[in-house]
Amino acid sequence: MPNKPILTVRNLTTRLQIGNQPVAVVDDLSFDLFPGKTLALVGESGCGKSLTALSLLRLLPTPPALPSTGEVIYNEINLLSLTEKEMRRIRGKKISMIFQDPSSALNPVYTIGSQLMEIVGLHLNLYGEEAFARTIELLTEVGIPSPKERFLDYPHQLSGGMRQRVMIAMALISEPDILIADEPTTALDVTIQGQILTLIRSIQQKRGMAVLLITHDMGIVSEIADDVIVMYAAQAVESADVITLFDQMSHPYTQGLFASSPSRHKSKEHLYSIKGTVPPPSLFPSGCHFHPRCPYAMERCKQVSPPEFKIGTNQQHYAKCWLYDGSEESSEKLRKGAL
Amino acid sequence: MIPPLIKVKGLKVHFPIVSGIMRRVVGSIKALDGIDLELNKKEVLGIVGETGCGKSTLGRAILRLVEPTEGSIEFSGRDILSQSKEELQQFRKSAQIIFQNPFASLNPRKTILESIGESLLYHHIVDTPEEQKERVAEVLSLVGLPASAMERHPHEFSGGQQQRICIGRAIALNPLFIVCDEAASALDVSVQAQILNLLQELKEKLSLSYLFISHDLSLIRYLSDRVIVLYLGKVMETGSVQAIFENPQHPYTKALLSAIPKNHPRETRQRVVLHGEIPSARNPPSGCPFRTRCPYAQPICAELPPKKVIIDVATGLPTHEYNCIL
Repeated sequence: MPNKPILTVRNLTTRLQIGNQPVAVVDDLSFDLFPGKTLALVGESGCGKSLTALSLLRLLPTPPALPSTGEVIYNEINLLSLTEKEMRRIRGKKISMIFQDPSSALNPVYTIGSQLMEIVGLHLNLYGEEAFARTIELLTEVGIPSPKERFLDYPHQLSGGMRQRVMIAMALISEPDILIADEPTTALDVTIQGQILTLIRSIQQKRGMAVLLITHDMGIVSEIADDVIVMYAAQAVESADVITLFDQMSHPYTQGLFASSPSRHKSKEHLYSIKGTVPPPSLFPSGCHFHPRCPYAMERCKQVSPPEFKIGTNQQHYAKCWLYDGSEESSEKLRKGAL
Repeated sequence: MIPPLIKVKGLKVHFPIVSGIMRRVVGSIKALDGIDLELNKKEVLGIVGETGCGKSTLGRAILRLVEPTEGSIEFSGRDILSQSKEELQQFRKSAQIIFQNPFASLNPRKTILESIGESLLYHHIVDTPEEQKERVAEVLSLVGLPASAMERHPHEFSGGQQQRICIGRAIALNPLFIVCDEAASALDVSVQAQILNLLQELKEKLSLSYLFISHDLSLIRYLSDRVIVLYLGKVMETGSVQAIFENPQHPYTKALLSAIPKNHPRETRQRVVLHGEIPSARNPPSGCPFRTRCPYAQPICAELPPKKVIIDVATGLPTHEYNCIL
């Protein structure tokens, strides 16, 4: 790797206390974020994407969440061992986050200007005229037309796309090193989605930020991501750089996700679908979490959780699946193919 | 020629804006402004457009769930806008709707048997509770759920299963026509594929016609036979699904299609970037409503755009129509 990672996550595990039993909702996740690069976390709802982001920022309420274990190293500090006071200096300032639904993330009773100014005061220690100038500068940077008039608008007076731009402006105030974007375009129309993705990418290039993008849409991944982690039921099942993943998807779940997308099918052709649904965390099965839905499932998959196997010659391509252990049974299964 | 199942002419839906204590009408939101469409038997007509373009209003107006301001809607040759309450009851039986959020459209206090079976009793398709149970079990098996599901409540099911129940409720009365208002949009990819397969299968089995409303172009391309592209309550372009996706003519359709995310990171695509956002329907631009965002806009666009028809060279039949000066 050419440059050093800005954030290193090792064996991050977050458990929730559900009933009497603590249940892992983020299970042994490891990844690196590099400056200027985008890492995408992909998966269906309920697979732990957002909980991963919230655990990084330590935003999950305890209880029901138990303190996360593992390591989240930023600037040689483990964020998980900081006190809440120290954490507040990092959260929102060095690592900021934008959410899926900008209308519920903004306060409806304050103008967007005053909400932005508040953060400018908090993080940059600027007030009055200076803060105003800085806010206008930011609104211009995220492409809001006539920012001086919009400054006095309440969130409901703006469209969804504009609100998301305000959210992005808010996240950029402190010039963070890392931006976590949790489904930033899911609530938006395709044409606006294109605008917002372009905006995120151009700001990232200009500032050399690392972006952790959470999405369920493989289309967005192919547009903007450099590296991808596919998550299923709290675990990372496959990770690779984006080109390798799209060329050579290996885990049966990743293959299923791609195969069930209607844009990859001819009109009215029968769609492949993964049988069943994602189980709730309290009902995660033993062994490989995917085995009840997997077309390749073997006896071993039901009992022992697979380790990560390296795929092909690419250095960074891993799949958490017994099919790649090189044994006779799995090679046979792979040859036949089940999809 | 078989007459179309549904024929809509000059459909307008304007919602009044009222103000003050006297509820004076001070203006109107032109949700739909002169829509013509035809839907044939066993056909899927896709309606696509951005938020606020009138997609859902169109689906509701055709079912007479909102009262149109102007225009005519014919269903099997009968004008449904002039029908009395009793006559409408017959129409309601043969036209159904499925919504985006299945949980919000099922009564949380009713069992599945009550939710699906209520309309069966009301429309006298069944007369006894035994027959009702029998029919509900039949419907549930059609949508891929076990008969034991009928004793349970909506919250016991996953999102995909809830959507199956809503589809079951829609087909229980043996309709001819179903409006699918973003019926597969809120679901995860793997579940979405299951629901799309189910809709496709039921259409063949029960000879249904769908008005398939979605903002997601890949769903429209997958399921529709013909497509209507809406923008601010007006039809921009309409034609067969192949014609629209392979040979789009209207600048808005081109921009929409180019905004679909790529299938592979190596793919390169010429992107038409649209600036700005959809204007307010309260005060839409005159002439072509798209002209404020159109990269090819000219002064003449302020007047009503001409309708142009593309003729297929091989067959000599019109493949699609669009409204633009280009």
